[in-house]
Amino acid sequence: MDDLLADFLTETNEGLQNLDGALLSLERNPDNAAVLAEVFRTIHTIKGTCGFLGLPRLEKVAHAAENVLGRWREGSLPVTAPGISLILSAVDRVKAIVAGLEAAGTEPAGDDAGIIALLDAAFRGEDVVPDQAPPAVAPEPEAEPAEAVVAAAPEPAPVTAQAPPPAPAAQQAAPPAQEATGGNAPQTIRVAVDVLEDLMVLVSELVLTRNQLMQLARTETNSAFSVPLQRLSQITSDLQDGVMKTRMQPIGSAWQKLPRLVRDLSHDLGKKIILEQYGAETELDRQVMELIKDPLTHMVRNSADHGLETPEERRAAGKPETGRITLNAFHEGGHIVMEIGDDGRGLSTARIREKVVRQGLVTEAEIATMSEQEIHRFIFRPGFSTAAAITSVSGRGVGMDVVKTNLERIGGIVELRSREGRGTTFTIKIPLTLAIAAALIVESAGERFAIPQNSVLELVRVGDGDGPKIEMIKTTPVMRLRDRLLPLVNLSRLLAIEDTEKSNHGGNSFVVVSQVGSQVFGIMVDRVFDTEEIVVKPVAPILRDVTMFSGNTILGDGSVIMILDPNGIARGTGLGVESGNSETAASQAAAARGTERGEKTALLLFRAGEGAPKAVPLGLIARLEDLPAERIERAGDSLVVQYRGSLMPLIPLSGYGMVPEQGGKQAVLVFGDGNHSMGLMVDEILDVLETPLVIDNAGARQGFLGSAVIGGKVTEVLDCAYWLNLGGADWFSAAAQAREVKRTPRVLLVEDSSFFRNLVVPALSAAGFDITGLANPREALRLREAGEMFDIIVSDINMPEMDGLQFVRAIRDGGPWQELPVIALSGRAEPEDVTAGRDAGFTDYVAKYDRDALIGSLTQAIELQAMTRSIDSPV
Amino acid sequence: MQTEAATLNRAPAAANGSNGTLSLALGADADHMVLTLTVAGQLCGVPALAVRDVLGPQSITRIPLAPPEVAGSLNLRGRIVTAIDLRRRLHLAPWEVGTKPMSVVVEHQGELYSLLADNVGEVLSLNPAERAANPPTLDASWKEVSLGVHRLGESLLVVLDVERLMRFG
Repeated sequence: MDDLLADFLTETNEGLQNLDGALLSLERNPDNAAVLAEVFRTIHTIKGTCGFLGLPRLEKVAHAAENVLGRWREGSLPVTAPGISLILSAVDRVKAIVAGLEAAGTEPAGDDAGIIALLDAAFRGEDVVPDQAPPAVAPEPEAEPAEAVVAAAPEPAPVTAQAPPPAPAAQQAAPPAQEATGGNAPQTIRVAVDVLEDLMVLVSELVLTRNQLMQLARTETNSAFSVPLQRLSQITSDLQDGVMKTRMQPIGSAWQKLPRLVRDLSHDLGKKIILEQYGAETELDRQVMELIKDPLTHMVRNSADHGLETPEERRAAGKPETGRITLNAFHEGGHIVMEIGDDGRGLSTARIREKVVRQGLVTEAEIATMSEQEIHRFIFRPGFSTAAAITSVSGRGVGMDVVKTNLERIGGIVELRSREGRGTTFTIKIPLTLAIAAALIVESAGERFAIPQNSVLELVRVGDGDGPKIEMIKTTPVMRLRDRLLPLVNLSRLLAIEDTEKSNHGGNSFVVVSQVGSQVFGIMVDRVFDTEEIVVKPVAPILRDVTMFSGNTILGDGSVIMILDPNGIARGTGLGVESGNSETAASQAAAARGTERGEKTALLLFRAGEGAPKAVPLGLIARLEDLPAERIERAGDSLVVQYRGSLMPLIPLSGYGMVPEQGGKQAVLVFGDGNHSMGLMVDEILDVLETPLVIDNAGARQGFLGSAVIGGKVTEVLDCAYWLNLGGADWFSAAAQAREVKRTPRVLLVEDSSFFRNLVVPALSAAGFDITGLANPREALRLREAGEMFDIIVSDINMPEMDGLQFVRAIRDGGPWQELPVIALSGRAEPEDVTAGRDAGFTDYVAKYDRDALIGSLTQAIELQAMTRSIDSPV
Repeated sequence: MQTEAATLNRAPAAANGSNGTLSLALGADADHMVLTLTVAGQLCGVPALAVRDVLGPQSITRIPLAPPEVAGSLNLRGRIVTAIDLRRRLHLAPWEVGTKPMSVVVEHQGELYSLLADNVGEVLSLNPAERAANPPTLDASWKEVSLGVHRLGESLLVVLDVERLMRFG
């Protein structure tokens, strides 16, 4: 029996069970419209589904009954007792047919003409004789089987008399049997999800109590309890499995909507697509299923839109016209693995490479060392889409990164395999359930904590011997593990539970190597205990702000223990995992080079002149060039180069302005927008790192904001504004001239961090904006009172006193700035944040440090404004 | 859980002999019944209806980075209860090393919290007419959580409002 039919039977039986009662109450109270409506609905549903499933007999009876009910409902026919009887007998007939259907999987043969005629007569308003109805119910099954028995029987007369009872049993055996097992007993029952959830919670508690008991029993040998305890333990485990199963659903139910989706997509996109599903019966936890539905839909959509080619392209490539999307699911350990594959064009490594470099995510040099797979992983970056055209289906920059984040949130991972021209396959691996997790119990400064096992990669014992050691770079602990340098987190310091007496001795003798996303780091702990199964319980609301913990639980020994959240730890230490900027192979490589990566600031490290290496935020640099010495020319006492059709001034950073010898190369950092640029000559480009940037102003000198410890080395951070000014007022004014036609747009920047003001102001002035930078929204609002006017406002979100959201609300509340576009600038650009920002009144939302996106957004907003203005004021 | 000193059921019984004002009938009087406790020598009362349990000294797990008023969390028959250090909450002298505070478990917005006190006394029925308003000179941090003051023989009893006690952090 197929699933659809089984569902139908379950549903119909439920409906039928209530129907008798409803009809009887209708008989007592013919005016009860609610009951009548319910009866009508039930019959109507049965009729509708029958048509769909191809059950003509059932459909006809239900249809005839529905007609009568319909007239009752309209009030065009009175509800009469004979009428009720008639409907009841129709319901009986429906039940009989359903019972037969349940037994045999097909409708039993039979003639319903009698009852249908009666119903039709009632529908026409004729008086019916209800007594005729019941005989019509089962006339035909009697005859033939009886004869069969007769034929088999040697003595004709007496047996024929007795024959009817056993005879129907031959054919009607199924329905009574079904009734015996509980009235059309369905194979499945519906249970409220809440009940299952409660059961799960209770079982979880039971598991914990069991663990607790086992722990107590372990200390006592020869206890009389040990045998029954073993038994209890076994039963608890079985019970846990059993309850777990009730929460399990075949993954096919998450796939149900996909065939339709694919069909629609193939229409919209003009592609021929077939969807193949394997392993639809693979089961996983309902809760997990809910969480993967959306990512799954997204990936299938992606495959159809980006992955598969049009029929023409496929023909040209020598492939069958019809593209194929394959879904495959299977179990592997405590995980479910799902593959979403297509036989389309595959990822274009060249195009990703080009785009990655163009967006300045990594340099040419870095990408050259990356494997194809590493390059492919860039598609998981926020805002990265290789789709050449934005279609209605996908390619809007909200893409694989969201899928990845959502999956990681439930402890899943996503990988991809792609061969150009052959197709792409995404592999998702997710835990079967989220309710009970294994955790590693560790101790730090005398306190115990649980770390979820699924984020633990390995445990390393550190000591004085030959093995791995904790080493310090200034105050930052790191560990060399095999060939990579691992950033370490000092747990006791992070949680502010440092034990001063113990100091460094005796403490931190283990490193728990953890992975969050693709970020690998080590957590330093004093001791490591067992792993235990834990049930994650949320922390009290009072503690919600403590982000280092994902919950708490009760251990086997009855004590409460906090569960560490590796995500929170990574964030709390500036390993900045969820920023999205920090994953991928490039940053892993950076981590391997021994840097502690940070908030989100990608820094370009270079050498220029003597002394410490220098750094500049990567986002400010338009390009990196290696110019042949021959191209560098002297104009007066300054150096220039012909660059993209114009002259670009070159400023030597080291102060000497030595042009390399003929045949040599000069490394140049290019600043500026598309039309105007200047180059800073440096000796050598060292590296690109993402690191928390803490600038110490102490070492500031002209041209530098100060120094910072980057990658364990003191590094000077460039003051871009200084160098851009040095680049010559001429090109700034040139920029201004170029835009003179349109009046330089006035931009107000509100940003509390002076460092970022220093970054953004020069970047925007270089792009031809007249920019005013302010440290807080209050100052900005004072400017509004003073009558200042701007074309656009750019504001940070997180600011003390008054945050960006409050600020934008204040703007939207009224006053001369009410209609101005306001762009939010924030380190966090998660979809929720973007929504919150838009709700508050922001026009656009741009991630901090994304210079191009900011300029793009500004330009767009200003053009839009100019347009609306010209529309508003017809000349 | 052998450490449980007294559950609420037993508390009234213990109090029964000591004071004639006590009424065991949980009727109209229930609203005026308080469980007495001492915090750094000060006699306080918590509305008895808010109390879910009274526990003896428990092993409490510290919660790093939590607000200072949060002493940690403890296991109450499989439920995790957040312990609030009343001394800190009421800006009193901290516990001496080795003191074993008692827990008065109260419910607040569906969650259980344990109020750590030096001692837990008895359940008393107070006459609401005898309740005096907070003296205007009362320490601000006390005024914030006190519902009023009762004269109780030689000592004064401050009735604490559980809702307001939870407002911190």
